[in-house]
Amino acid sequence: MNSSPEDSLVVRDLKVSFQEKDGMLQVLENVCFSLHKNAFACLIGPSGSGKSTLLRTLAGLIPYESGSIEFPEIHGRKPRTGLVFQKANLMPWRTLAENIALPLELANTPREEIDQKVNEMVELTGLQGFETSWPHELSGGMAQRVAIARSLVQDPDILFLDEPFGSLDELTRERMSEELLRIWDEKRKTILMVTHSISEAVFLADRVLVLSGFPQGIVLDLPIDLPRPRDEHLRFISEFVQAAATLHEHLKI
Amino acid sequence: MAKRTKTQRENPFIQKVTHQRWLLPLASLLLFLGIWQLLYVVLNLPPFILPSPAMVWTKFLEVLKNGIWWHNISYTLFELSLGLFFGSVIASVLGYILSKTPVLEKLLSPFLVGSQSVPVVAIAPLIIIWFGPGLFSKVLICALTVFFPVLVNVLVGIRQVSQDLRELMDSFNASKWEILRYLEIPASLPVLLGGLRVGATLSVIGAIVGELVGSDRGLGYLINLGRGQYDTALVFVAVFSLILLAASLYSIVLFLERRALKWQTWQEI
Repeated sequence: MNSSPEDSLVVRDLKVSFQEKDGMLQVLENVCFSLHKNAFACLIGPSGSGKSTLLRTLAGLIPYESGSIEFPEIHGRKPRTGLVFQKANLMPWRTLAENIALPLELANTPREEIDQKVNEMVELTGLQGFETSWPHELSGGMAQRVAIARSLVQDPDILFLDEPFGSLDELTRERMSEELLRIWDEKRKTILMVTHSISEAVFLADRVLVLSGFPQGIVLDLPIDLPRPRDEHLRFISEFVQAAATLHEHLKI
Repeated sequence: MAKRTKTQRENPFIQKVTHQRWLLPLASLLLFLGIWQLLYVVLNLPPFILPSPAMVWTKFLEVLKNGIWWHNISYTLFELSLGLFFGSVIASVLGYILSKTPVLEKLLSPFLVGSQSVPVVAIAPLIIIWFGPGLFSKVLICALTVFFPVLVNVLVGIRQVSQDLRELMDSFNASKWEILRYLEIPASLPVLLGGLRVGATLSVIGAIVGELVGSDRGLGYLINLGRGQYDTALVFVAVFSLILLAASLYSIVLFLERRALKWQTWQEI
């Protein structure tokens, strides 16, 4: 596989293992794929296939054994990445606005710029009026919005999402999916999202990657050619159902 | 999604309860004074065994006027402040280092456990023997009293920091110093202040014991003085001052705790 200037992420022959008490536990092998700029890709796979591990490795949280992860330069600089966890992971001693500001504070951003960017994110994620709320006062959906706002505040080029809506109820989940699409549409970023929901993946993505457990790697790379902007009705048309059926077929091992 | 409208947060019921929090302790204090006065009248003991509340109050006004009260309480307060400051700062730093080096913690664990079981009363005379009856001994005793509760709590506090938040900080490529400043300090502050609250009250005992063993100034000295002169009213004044001091320290730490931890809900205390 060759990288093209259109790519924002190229992964080749990635291998990841964990040191266990009795030897090495091999988690990922032969993982190869690339993502186009501004692509919205979903990564699905059976439990234990290493989806989260793959995402965390890409985000730099887990070291890999061999292979390569390449982020081609954007406008002559290294692209920035952001990561959203399954849990909102908010700091309980920081208000909503202070939580969003955290990455900027770590980057020594001047105060005025922080305030301005945080305001922008609060608006983008629809959290106006809650800036001074404490995390324990927020619902699960709102907390996850804060987590997304926090990951977006540094304007990353690539956003990794690790089952971000996994702990939310069905209804909140669907609403958050639409919000995410709206944000992606407005901000234009490369998104790679891990999910275990087939319909969520088909609804959101341009492409769905199916990860199979060790040692197979990515076993299916399915383009989703559904029109955008997408709305709820899509879930009932035949192309949607067909794509979902194909994915379902490949998830059974 | 919910929209917030401006509403009054304090409701009248909660206000009533907070008022009662002051009301009940006050009532029990008055009852205490009443029983005391009653005992004094009924038993008719000589004042050097049991002075009346009024006599103690008169004594208090007397030592307040001639400056003896302030002369001594300020000294105890000074010892306490120095001891609390150095004890808790050194304990926090050492606690952080120990939390990062399990080998060191294991090495020191017999002392950590031992220190928890040795009352300061037992080592105060030793410290006075070694370092003399001056200021340093008392500061050292106070510092030692507050040292171990704070050390153990810092150790526990930093260990307790959520792994998820550590991962979050890692995802921002935060340095060790940034993790300390933005994560570990705020996350372990509740436990640290809890240790300080316990330690502050204990260190009053430490200071008084130090002064009782050997001193020419301070509330402990005042107790000794009153005892020697059969001036029991003076002993009572010193003991009440002591209680006042401990209670104020406790309130100050509690106040700091509420200020620093306003993100928690505080109904339970």
